[in-house]
Amino acid sequence: MSETTFLDSTELVLNMGPQHPSTHGVLRVILKLDGEKVLGTDCVIGYLHRGVEKIGENRTYAQFNPYVDRMDYVAAISNGLGYCLAVEKLLSVEVPARAQCVRVILTELNRIASHLLWLGTHALDIGAITPVFYCLREREEALKIFEKYCGARLTTHAFRIGGLQYETYDGFEQDIRDFNKWFLPKVDEYEELLTNNRIWVGRLKGVGILSGDECKEYGVTGPVLRAAGVKWDIRKALPYSGYEKYEFDIPIRENGDTYDRYIVRMQEMRQSVRIMAQAVEAIPEGPIMGKVGKVIKPAVGEAYVSIEAPKGELGYYVVSDGSTQPYRLRVRPPSFVNLQALDRMVAGGLIADVVAIIGTLDIVLGEVDR
Amino acid sequence: MSLLKKVFLVDLFQGLWVTFRNQHPKYIYTEQYPAERPKVAERYRGAPRLNINPDNGETLCIACNLCALACPETLIVVTSERNEATKRKELTTFTYDTSRCMFCGLCEDACPVDALELTQDFEMATYTREGQIWDRQTLEEGPKPTQYKC
Repeated sequence: MSETTFLDSTELVLNMGPQHPSTHGVLRVILKLDGEKVLGTDCVIGYLHRGVEKIGENRTYAQFNPYVDRMDYVAAISNGLGYCLAVEKLLSVEVPARAQCVRVILTELNRIASHLLWLGTHALDIGAITPVFYCLREREEALKIFEKYCGARLTTHAFRIGGLQYETYDGFEQDIRDFNKWFLPKVDEYEELLTNNRIWVGRLKGVGILSGDECKEYGVTGPVLRAAGVKWDIRKALPYSGYEKYEFDIPIRENGDTYDRYIVRMQEMRQSVRIMAQAVEAIPEGPIMGKVGKVIKPAVGEAYVSIEAPKGELGYYVVSDGSTQPYRLRVRPPSFVNLQALDRMVAGGLIADVVAIIGTLDIVLGEVDR
Repeated sequence: MSLLKKVFLVDLFQGLWVTFRNQHPKYIYTEQYPAERPKVAERYRGAPRLNINPDNGETLCIACNLCALACPETLIVVTSERNEATKRKELTTFTYDTSRCMFCGLCEDACPVDALELTQDFEMATYTREGQIWDRQTLEEGPKPTQYKC
Protein backbone atom coordinates (compact mmCIF):
# COMPACT_ATOMS: atom_id res chain seq x y z
CA MET A 1 0.00 0.00 0.00
CA SER A 2 2.86 2.30 0.84
CA GLU A 3 4.17 2.82 -2.70
CA THR A 4 1.15 4.96 -3.64
CA THR A 5 1.39 7.37 -0.73
CA PHE A 6 1.27 11.12 -1.02
CA LEU A 7 4.57 12.66 -2.25
CA ASP A 8 6.17 9.20 -2.01
CA SER A 9 6.41 9.56 1.73
CA THR A 10 6.37 6.47 3.87
CA GLU A 11 3.35 5.33 5.78
CA LEU A 12 3.03 7.25 9.04
CA VAL A 13 1.89 5.53 12.19
CA LEU A 14 0.22 7.84 14.66
CA ASN A 15 -1.17 7.12 18.11
CA MET A 16 -4.50 8.68 18.94
CA GLY A 17 -5.29 8.30 22.60
CA PRO A 18 -5.51 6.95 25.26
CA GLN A 19 -5.52 10.51 26.57
CA HIS A 20 -7.14 12.04 23.52
CA PRO A 21 -10.30 13.95 24.46
CA SER A 22 -12.29 12.84 21.44
CA THR A 23 -11.78 9.13 22.01
CA HIS A 24 -14.39 9.44 24.78
CA GLY A 25 -12.34 7.88 27.50
CA VAL A 26 -9.28 5.72 27.28
CA LEU A 27 -9.46 4.27 23.81
CA ARG A 28 -6.18 4.12 21.94
CA VAL A 29 -6.39 4.06 18.17
CA ILE A 30 -3.24 3.38 16.14
CA LEU A 31 -3.72 5.17 12.85
CA LYS A 32 -1.80 4.29 9.70
CA LEU A 33 -1.68 7.49 7.74
CA ASP A 34 -0.83 8.69 4.29
CA GLY A 35 -0.74 12.41 4.88
CA GLU A 36 -4.21 13.21 6.14
CA LYS A 37 -5.73 10.03 4.74
CA VAL A 38 -6.29 7.06 7.02
CA LEU A 39 -5.15 3.74 5.58
CA GLY A 40 -6.07 1.63 8.54
CA THR A 41 -6.83 1.70 12.24
CA ASP A 42 -6.00 -0.56 15.10
CA CYS A 43 -7.87 -0.23 18.38
CA VAL A 44 -6.12 -0.95 21.65
CA ILE A 45 -8.61 -1.43 24.45
CA GLY A 46 -8.35 -2.54 28.05
CA TYR A 47 -7.16 0.62 29.77
CA LEU A 48 -10.29 0.63 31.89
CA HIS A 49 -10.47 -3.11 32.50
CA ARG A 50 -11.64 -3.89 36.00
CA GLY A 51 -12.64 -7.52 35.57
CA VAL A 52 -16.33 -6.92 36.20
CA GLU A 53 -17.30 -10.40 34.99
CA LYS A 54 -14.85 -11.97 37.42
CA ILE A 55 -16.07 -9.75 40.25
CA GLY A 56 -19.54 -11.12 39.50
CA GLU A 57 -18.34 -14.64 40.23
CA ASN A 58 -17.22 -13.57 43.69
CA ARG A 59 -20.34 -11.69 44.77
CA THR A 60 -23.83 -12.81 45.57
CA TYR A 61 -26.53 -12.01 43.04
CA ALA A 62 -27.79 -9.02 45.00
CA GLN A 63 -24.29 -7.75 45.77
CA PHE A 64 -23.28 -7.69 42.11
CA ASN A 65 -26.17 -5.40 41.21
CA PRO A 66 -24.37 -2.08 41.90
CA TYR A 67 -21.37 -3.15 39.82
CA VAL A 68 -23.32 -3.38 36.57
CA ASP A 69 -24.03 0.35 36.83
CA ARG A 70 -20.33 0.94 36.44
CA MET A 71 -20.05 -0.62 33.00
CA ASP A 72 -22.06 1.76 30.89
CA TYR A 73 -22.08 4.52 33.45
CA VAL A 74 -23.94 6.87 31.13
CA ALA A 75 -26.90 4.49 31.02
CA ALA A 76 -26.62 2.78 34.40
CA ILE A 77 -30.33 2.11 34.69
CA SER A 78 -30.42 0.12 31.44
CA ASN A 79 -27.55 -2.01 32.70
CA GLY A 80 -29.34 -2.63 35.97
CA LEU A 81 -32.50 -3.60 34.11
CA GLY A 82 -30.64 -6.11 31.93
CA TYR A 83 -28.97 -7.77 34.89
CA CYS A 84 -32.12 -7.90 36.98
CA LEU A 85 -34.10 -9.40 34.08
CA ALA A 86 -31.45 -12.07 33.57
CA VAL A 87 -31.46 -13.14 37.22
CA GLU A 88 -35.26 -12.97 37.34
CA LYS A 89 -35.39 -15.29 34.34
CA LEU A 90 -33.03 -17.65 36.13
CA LEU A 91 -35.25 -17.57 39.22
CA SER A 92 -38.46 -17.58 37.12
CA VAL A 93 -39.85 -14.72 39.16
CA GLU A 94 -42.76 -12.64 37.95
CA VAL A 95 -42.14 -8.91 38.36
CA PRO A 96 -45.25 -6.98 39.49
CA ALA A 97 -46.91 -4.79 36.85
CA ARG A 98 -46.26 -1.61 38.82
CA ALA A 99 -42.55 -2.32 39.03
CA GLN A 100 -42.41 -3.08 35.31
CA CYS A 101 -44.08 0.20 34.47
CA VAL A 102 -41.77 2.27 36.67
CA ARG A 103 -38.81 0.40 35.20
CA VAL A 104 -39.88 1.34 31.68
CA ILE A 105 -40.24 5.01 32.62
CA LEU A 106 -36.82 5.20 34.24
CA THR A 107 -35.11 3.27 31.47
CA GLU A 108 -36.54 5.54 28.81
CA LEU A 109 -35.53 8.60 30.82
CA ASN A 110 -32.06 7.12 30.99
CA ARG A 111 -32.08 6.60 27.23
CA ILE A 112 -32.75 10.31 26.83
CA ALA A 113 -29.96 11.17 29.28
CA SER A 114 -27.55 8.91 27.42
CA HIS A 115 -28.47 10.29 24.01
CA LEU A 116 -28.12 13.84 25.35
CA LEU A 117 -24.59 13.18 26.51
CA TRP A 118 -23.84 11.57 23.15
CA LEU A 119 -25.24 14.56 21.25
CA GLY A 120 -23.32 17.06 23.35
CA THR A 121 -19.95 15.34 23.08
CA HIS A 122 -20.41 14.39 19.45
CA ALA A 123 -21.18 17.98 18.53
CA LEU A 124 -18.20 19.09 20.60
CA ASP A 125 -15.97 16.72 18.62
CA ILE A 126 -17.25 18.11 15.34
CA GLY A 127 -16.63 21.67 16.52
CA ALA A 128 -20.03 22.89 17.66
CA ILE A 129 -19.37 24.01 21.22
CA THR A 130 -22.83 25.27 22.17
CA PRO A 131 -24.96 22.08 22.11
CA VAL A 132 -22.95 20.44 24.91
CA PHE A 133 -24.05 23.11 27.38
CA TYR A 134 -27.70 22.78 26.44
CA CYS A 135 -27.54 18.98 26.44
CA LEU A 136 -25.97 18.80 29.88
CA ARG A 137 -28.51 21.31 31.15
CA GLU A 138 -31.37 19.10 30.02
CA ARG A 139 -29.62 15.96 31.22
CA GLU A 140 -29.41 17.55 34.65
CA GLU A 141 -33.21 17.51 34.90
CA ALA A 142 -33.28 13.80 34.11
CA LEU A 143 -30.57 13.14 36.68
CA LYS A 144 -32.53 15.12 39.27
CA ILE A 145 -35.46 12.76 38.78
CA PHE A 146 -33.12 9.79 39.29
CA GLU A 147 -31.74 11.39 42.43
CA LYS A 148 -35.19 12.00 43.82
CA TYR A 149 -36.25 8.47 43.00
CA CYS A 150 -33.33 6.39 44.18
CA GLY A 151 -30.81 8.74 45.79
CA ALA A 152 -28.04 8.68 43.20
CA ARG A 153 -27.56 10.48 39.92
CA LEU A 154 -25.17 8.43 37.84
CA THR A 155 -24.56 4.96 39.27
CA THR A 156 -28.10 4.65 40.43
CA HIS A 157 -28.64 1.08 41.65
CA ALA A 158 -32.32 1.76 41.07
CA PHE A 159 -33.66 -1.75 40.50
CA ARG A 160 -33.39 -4.85 42.62
CA ILE A 161 -33.80 -8.46 41.58
CA GLY A 162 -37.54 -9.11 41.63
CA GLY A 163 -38.73 -5.55 41.31
CA LEU A 164 -37.91 -2.24 42.90
CA GLN A 165 -36.45 -1.26 46.25
CA TYR A 166 -37.95 2.19 46.36
CA GLU A 167 -41.57 3.22 45.97
CA THR A 168 -42.05 6.20 43.66
CA TYR A 169 -41.81 9.47 45.53
CA ASP A 170 -44.69 11.94 45.81
CA GLY A 171 -44.96 13.88 42.61
CA PHE A 172 -43.03 11.39 40.48
CA GLU A 173 -45.74 11.26 37.84
CA GLN A 174 -45.97 15.04 37.71
CA ASP A 175 -42.19 15.34 37.39
CA ILE A 176 -42.20 12.98 34.41
CA ARG A 177 -45.11 14.85 32.79
CA ASP A 178 -43.35 18.16 33.31
CA PHE A 179 -40.14 16.77 31.89
CA ASN A 180 -41.92 15.48 28.78
CA LYS A 181 -43.65 18.77 28.19
CA TRP A 182 -40.47 20.77 28.74
CA PHE A 183 -38.14 18.48 26.85
CA LEU A 184 -39.74 18.21 23.40
CA PRO A 185 -39.18 21.91 22.50
CA LYS A 186 -35.56 21.42 23.55
CA VAL A 187 -35.12 18.66 20.96
CA ASP A 188 -36.50 21.08 18.37
CA GLU A 189 -33.90 23.56 19.56
CA TYR A 190 -31.04 21.09 19.00
CA GLU A 191 -32.41 20.35 15.57
CA GLU A 192 -32.52 24.05 14.80
CA LEU A 193 -28.90 24.32 15.85
CA LEU A 194 -27.60 21.32 13.97
CA THR A 195 -29.84 19.58 11.44
CA ASN A 196 -29.57 22.22 8.71
CA ASN A 197 -26.27 23.70 9.79
CA ARG A 198 -23.98 23.53 6.77
CA ILE A 199 -20.86 22.73 8.76
CA TRP A 200 -22.64 19.91 10.58
CA VAL A 201 -24.10 18.49 7.37
CA GLY A 202 -20.79 18.87 5.54
CA ARG A 203 -18.87 17.07 8.22
CA LEU A 204 -21.33 14.21 8.68
CA LYS A 205 -23.01 13.40 5.34
CA GLY A 206 -21.38 10.42 3.65
CA VAL A 207 -18.88 9.89 6.46
CA GLY A 208 -18.41 6.45 7.99
CA ILE A 209 -20.90 4.60 5.85
CA LEU A 210 -21.80 1.15 7.13
CA SER A 211 -24.43 -0.73 5.13
CA GLY A 212 -27.08 -2.93 6.68
CA ASP A 213 -25.40 -6.15 5.57
CA GLU A 214 -22.06 -5.06 6.97
CA CYS A 215 -23.77 -4.17 10.25
CA LYS A 216 -25.20 -7.67 10.45
CA GLU A 217 -21.84 -9.24 9.67
CA TYR A 218 -20.14 -7.28 12.42
CA GLY A 219 -23.00 -7.78 14.85
CA VAL A 220 -23.48 -4.05 15.18
CA THR A 221 -26.75 -3.11 16.89
CA GLY A 222 -28.62 -0.10 18.12
CA PRO A 223 -28.96 3.22 16.32
CA VAL A 224 -26.01 2.35 14.06
CA LEU A 225 -27.92 -0.64 12.68
CA ARG A 226 -31.17 1.26 12.41
CA ALA A 227 -29.52 4.12 10.53
CA ALA A 228 -28.49 1.53 7.92
CA GLY A 229 -32.12 0.65 7.22
CA VAL A 230 -32.52 -2.48 9.33
CA LYS A 231 -35.65 -2.33 11.44
CA TRP A 232 -34.41 -4.17 14.52
CA ASP A 233 -35.24 -3.08 18.02
CA ILE A 234 -35.34 -5.58 20.88
CA ARG A 235 -38.13 -3.61 22.50
CA LYS A 236 -40.35 -4.58 19.54
CA ALA A 237 -38.75 -7.85 18.47
CA LEU A 238 -38.48 -9.54 21.88
CA PRO A 239 -40.47 -7.33 24.24
CA TYR A 240 -39.43 -7.30 27.88
CA SER A 241 -40.70 -5.51 30.97
CA GLY A 242 -44.05 -4.81 29.30
CA TYR A 243 -42.82 -2.87 26.27
CA GLU A 244 -45.46 -4.57 24.12
CA LYS A 245 -48.09 -2.42 25.86
CA TYR A 246 -46.72 0.86 24.57
CA GLU A 247 -47.10 2.35 21.16
CA PHE A 248 -43.95 3.69 19.55
CA ASP A 249 -42.13 3.66 16.22
CA ILE A 250 -38.66 2.45 15.40
CA PRO A 251 -36.95 5.31 13.59
CA ILE A 252 -34.90 4.08 10.64
CA ARG A 253 -32.85 5.71 7.88
CA GLU A 254 -31.34 4.26 4.72
CA ASN A 255 -27.86 5.65 4.10
CA GLY A 256 -26.08 4.40 7.20
CA ASP A 257 -23.79 7.43 7.41
CA THR A 258 -22.99 9.57 10.42
CA TYR A 259 -25.70 12.09 9.63
CA ASP A 260 -28.35 9.38 9.54
CA ARG A 261 -27.25 8.04 12.88
CA TYR A 262 -27.67 11.55 14.28
CA ILE A 263 -31.20 11.74 12.88
CA VAL A 264 -32.09 8.29 14.23
CA ARG A 265 -30.94 9.17 17.75
CA MET A 266 -32.85 12.46 17.70
CA GLN A 267 -35.98 10.57 16.68
CA GLU A 268 -35.36 8.01 19.40
CA MET A 269 -35.41 10.71 22.04
CA ARG A 270 -38.85 11.78 20.81
CA GLN A 271 -40.04 8.19 20.86
CA SER A 272 -38.76 7.78 24.40
CA VAL A 273 -40.81 10.77 25.46
CA ARG A 274 -43.80 9.13 23.78
CA ILE A 275 -43.29 5.87 25.70
CA MET A 276 -42.85 7.73 28.98
CA ALA A 277 -46.00 9.75 28.38
CA GLN A 278 -48.00 6.55 27.87
CA ALA A 279 -46.41 4.71 30.78
CA VAL A 280 -46.82 7.49 33.31
CA GLU A 281 -50.59 7.61 32.74
CA ALA A 282 -50.87 3.86 33.22
CA ILE A 283 -48.85 3.10 36.36
CA PRO A 284 -50.91 0.36 38.02
CA GLU A 285 -51.35 0.10 41.76
CA GLY A 286 -49.93 -2.86 43.56
CA PRO A 287 -46.77 -4.30 45.04
CA ILE A 288 -43.32 -3.34 43.73
CA MET A 289 -41.44 -6.47 44.71
CA GLY A 290 -41.96 -9.98 43.38
CA LYS A 291 -41.63 -13.16 45.40
CA VAL A 292 -37.89 -13.25 45.97
CA GLY A 293 -36.36 -14.63 49.14
CA LYS A 294 -33.84 -12.81 51.28
CA VAL A 295 -31.11 -15.09 49.97
CA ILE A 296 -31.15 -15.40 46.21
CA LYS A 297 -30.25 -18.98 45.35
CA PRO A 298 -31.34 -19.98 41.83
CA ALA A 299 -31.51 -23.60 40.73
CA VAL A 300 -28.78 -24.98 38.47
CA GLY A 301 -29.24 -23.50 35.03
CA GLU A 302 -28.47 -20.59 32.77
CA ALA A 303 -30.26 -17.59 31.38
CA TYR A 304 -29.57 -15.05 28.67
CA VAL A 305 -31.50 -11.82 28.41
CA SER A 306 -30.87 -9.03 25.99
CA ILE A 307 -32.39 -5.59 26.14
CA GLU A 308 -32.28 -2.52 23.96
CA ALA A 309 -29.85 -0.24 25.77
CA PRO A 310 -29.28 3.28 24.36
CA LYS A 311 -26.18 2.03 22.56
CA GLY A 312 -27.54 -1.22 21.19
CA GLU A 313 -28.22 -4.77 22.27
CA LEU A 314 -27.08 -5.33 25.83
CA GLY A 315 -27.03 -8.97 26.86
CA TYR A 316 -26.49 -10.68 30.20
CA TYR A 317 -25.70 -14.38 30.38
CA VAL A 318 -25.79 -15.85 33.88
CA VAL A 319 -24.89 -19.44 34.73
CA SER A 320 -25.90 -20.77 38.12
CA ASP A 321 -24.45 -23.80 39.88
CA GLY A 322 -27.06 -23.69 42.61
CA SER A 323 -25.05 -21.56 45.03
CA THR A 324 -25.59 -17.96 46.07
CA GLN A 325 -22.99 -16.69 43.61
CA PRO A 326 -23.09 -16.92 39.81
CA TYR A 327 -20.86 -19.63 38.35
CA ARG A 328 -20.19 -17.51 35.29
CA LEU A 329 -21.40 -14.12 34.25
CA ARG A 330 -20.93 -12.82 30.75
CA VAL A 331 -21.92 -9.41 29.47
CA ARG A 332 -22.50 -8.66 25.83
CA PRO A 333 -21.88 -4.93 25.73
CA PRO A 334 -23.11 -3.01 22.69
CA SER A 335 -20.16 -0.59 22.63
CA PHE A 336 -17.59 -3.39 22.49
CA VAL A 337 -19.24 -4.98 19.48
CA ASN A 338 -19.96 -1.70 17.73
CA LEU A 339 -16.38 -0.54 18.15
CA GLN A 340 -15.02 -3.31 15.94
CA ALA A 341 -16.73 -1.75 12.94
CA LEU A 342 -14.53 1.33 13.37
CA ASP A 343 -11.85 0.13 10.97
CA ARG A 344 -14.38 -0.58 8.22
CA MET A 345 -16.08 2.79 8.71
CA VAL A 346 -12.90 4.81 8.78
CA ALA A 347 -11.20 3.18 5.76
CA GLY A 348 -10.29 5.85 3.23
CA GLY A 349 -11.41 8.74 5.41
CA LEU A 350 -9.50 11.59 6.97
CA ILE A 351 -8.23 11.96 10.54
CA ALA A 352 -11.05 14.38 11.30
CA ASP A 353 -13.51 11.70 10.18
CA VAL A 354 -12.06 9.27 12.72
CA VAL A 355 -13.10 11.71 15.44
CA ALA A 356 -16.58 12.01 13.96
CA ILE A 357 -16.95 8.23 13.64
CA ILE A 358 -15.82 7.47 17.19
CA GLY A 359 -18.36 10.05 18.30
CA THR A 360 -21.17 8.59 16.25
CA LEU A 361 -20.53 5.04 17.49
CA ASP A 362 -21.39 6.34 20.97
CA ILE A 363 -18.97 4.13 22.83
CA VAL A 364 -18.45 4.16 26.58
CA LEU A 365 -15.09 2.72 27.49
CA GLY A 366 -16.29 1.44 30.83
CA GLU A 367 -18.45 -0.92 28.86
CA VAL A 368 -15.91 -1.79 26.18
CA ASP A 369 -13.26 -2.85 28.69
CA ARG A 370 -15.59 -3.95 31.49
CA MET B 1 -35.00 29.27 -2.93
CA SER B 2 -32.38 26.95 -1.52
CA LEU B 3 -29.70 28.99 -3.27
CA LEU B 4 -31.00 32.16 -1.61
CA LYS B 5 -31.02 30.37 1.75
CA LYS B 6 -27.44 29.38 1.14
CA VAL B 7 -26.31 32.86 0.15
CA PHE B 8 -27.95 34.55 3.12
CA LEU B 9 -26.63 31.93 5.60
CA VAL B 10 -30.15 31.15 6.83
CA ASP B 11 -29.07 27.93 8.57
CA LEU B 12 -26.32 29.64 10.53
CA PHE B 13 -28.52 32.55 11.64
CA GLN B 14 -31.19 30.08 12.72
CA GLY B 15 -28.66 28.47 15.04
CA LEU B 16 -27.37 31.82 16.27
CA TRP B 17 -30.91 32.84 17.14
CA VAL B 18 -31.17 29.79 19.41
CA THR B 19 -27.94 30.68 21.19
CA PHE B 20 -29.07 34.31 21.49
CA ARG B 21 -32.42 33.28 23.01
CA ASN B 22 -30.67 31.12 25.60
CA GLN B 23 -28.59 34.06 26.84
CA HIS B 24 -31.53 35.37 28.81
CA PRO B 25 -30.59 35.60 32.53
CA LYS B 26 -33.49 33.37 33.54
CA TYR B 27 -31.73 30.43 31.90
CA ILE B 28 -28.64 30.73 34.12
CA TYR B 29 -27.96 27.31 35.55
CA THR B 30 -24.61 27.63 37.29
CA GLU B 31 -24.53 27.03 41.03
CA GLN B 32 -22.05 29.14 42.99
CA TYR B 33 -20.97 26.13 44.99
CA PRO B 34 -19.36 27.02 48.32
CA ALA B 35 -21.58 30.07 48.74
CA GLU B 36 -24.71 28.37 47.49
CA ARG B 37 -24.99 24.80 48.68
CA PRO B 38 -26.93 22.36 46.54
CA LYS B 39 -30.01 20.85 48.08
CA VAL B 40 -29.78 17.14 47.50
CA ALA B 41 -32.80 14.89 47.35
CA GLU B 42 -34.37 13.37 50.43
CA ARG B 43 -33.31 9.87 49.40
CA TYR B 44 -29.75 10.91 48.59
CA ARG B 45 -27.20 8.26 49.49
CA GLY B 46 -24.28 10.12 51.02
CA ALA B 47 -22.16 9.87 54.14
CA PRO B 48 -23.09 6.97 56.43
CA ARG B 49 -24.42 7.64 59.91
CA LEU B 50 -24.94 5.39 62.88
CA ASN B 51 -28.10 6.60 64.55
CA ILE B 52 -28.36 7.04 68.30
CA ASN B 53 -31.46 7.10 70.41
CA PRO B 54 -32.06 10.83 71.07
CA ASP B 55 -33.66 10.15 74.45
CA ASN B 56 -30.81 8.36 76.19
CA GLY B 57 -27.88 8.70 73.80
CA GLU B 58 -27.49 4.96 73.34
CA THR B 59 -26.81 3.51 69.94
CA LEU B 60 -29.66 1.93 68.01
CA CYS B 61 -27.30 -0.67 66.56
CA ILE B 62 -27.92 -4.19 67.83
CA ALA B 63 -24.63 -5.52 66.40
CA CYS B 64 -26.38 -8.10 64.22
CA ASN B 65 -23.66 -7.84 61.54
CA LEU B 66 -26.20 -7.92 58.67
CA CYS B 67 -24.79 -4.74 57.10
CA ALA B 68 -21.30 -6.24 57.03
CA LEU B 69 -22.67 -9.33 55.29
CA ALA B 70 -24.69 -7.31 52.78
CA CYS B 71 -21.81 -5.06 51.77
CA PRO B 72 -20.34 -6.03 48.37
CA GLU B 73 -16.97 -4.59 49.31
CA THR B 74 -16.97 -6.00 52.87
CA LEU B 75 -15.86 -2.65 54.24
CA ILE B 76 -17.91 -2.72 57.44
CA VAL B 77 -16.45 -4.35 60.53
CA VAL B 78 -18.70 -4.74 63.55
CA THR B 79 -17.51 -6.04 66.88
CA SER B 80 -19.67 -6.69 69.90
CA GLU B 81 -19.52 -8.26 73.32
CA ARG B 82 -22.10 -10.05 75.36
CA ASN B 83 -23.45 -8.17 78.35
CA GLU B 84 -23.76 -10.74 81.12
CA ALA B 85 -26.32 -8.71 83.07
CA THR B 86 -28.87 -8.32 80.24
CA LYS B 87 -27.72 -11.37 78.21
CA ARG B 88 -27.66 -9.23 75.02
CA LYS B 89 -25.02 -8.38 72.48
CA GLU B 90 -23.73 -4.86 72.79
CA LEU B 91 -21.87 -2.91 70.15
CA THR B 92 -18.24 -2.11 70.93
CA THR B 93 -16.69 -0.83 67.69
CA PHE B 94 -18.07 -0.09 64.26
CA THR B 95 -15.62 0.65 61.41
CA TYR B 96 -16.76 1.91 58.03
CA ASP B 97 -14.18 2.42 55.28
CA THR B 98 -15.68 5.20 53.17
CA SER B 99 -12.74 5.16 50.74
CA ARG B 100 -14.00 1.86 49.32
CA CYS B 101 -17.69 2.63 49.62
CA MET B 102 -19.72 3.01 46.43
CA PHE B 103 -22.88 4.19 48.21
CA CYS B 104 -25.05 1.44 46.81
CA GLY B 105 -27.27 1.48 49.88
CA LEU B 106 -27.32 -2.28 50.45
CA CYS B 107 -26.17 -1.92 54.08
CA GLU B 108 -28.93 0.57 54.74
CA ASP B 109 -31.51 -1.81 53.25
CA ALA B 110 -30.17 -4.70 55.30
CA CYS B 111 -30.35 -2.90 58.66
CA PRO B 112 -33.32 -4.27 60.62
CA VAL B 113 -33.50 -1.41 63.14
CA ASP B 114 -32.69 1.64 60.94
CA ALA B 115 -29.48 2.25 62.82
CA LEU B 116 -27.21 2.56 59.79
CA GLU B 117 -28.34 5.18 57.35
CA LEU B 118 -26.88 6.97 54.33
CA THR B 119 -27.49 10.65 54.90
CA GLN B 120 -27.64 13.76 52.76
CA ASP B 121 -24.11 14.85 53.68
CA PHE B 122 -21.88 14.71 50.64
CA GLU B 123 -18.74 16.61 51.70
CA MET B 124 -16.48 13.84 52.90
CA ALA B 125 -13.03 14.93 51.73
CA THR B 126 -10.12 14.38 54.12
CA TYR B 127 -6.42 15.13 54.05
CA THR B 128 -5.32 11.59 54.84
CA ARG B 129 -6.26 8.11 53.72
CA GLU B 130 -6.73 7.07 57.32
CA GLY B 131 -9.26 9.85 57.70
CA GLN B 132 -11.52 8.02 55.26
CA ILE B 133 -11.88 5.09 57.63
CA TRP B 134 -14.60 6.12 60.01
CA ASP B 135 -14.91 4.76 63.49
CA ARG B 136 -18.00 4.61 65.63
CA GLN B 137 -17.61 8.13 66.95
CA THR B 138 -17.29 9.71 63.49
CA LEU B 139 -20.22 7.70 62.26
CA GLU B 140 -22.40 8.91 65.08
CA GLU B 141 -21.35 12.54 64.79
CA GLY B 142 -21.18 12.79 61.01
CA PRO B 143 -18.62 14.63 58.87
CA LYS B 144 -17.67 18.20 59.74
CA PRO B 145 -16.92 20.00 56.49
CA THR B 146 -15.32 23.43 56.58
CA GLN B 147 -17.86 26.18 56.12
CA TYR B 148 -16.34 28.94 54.00
CA LYS B 149 -17.46 32.52 54.35
CA CYS B 150 -18.20 34.02 50.97
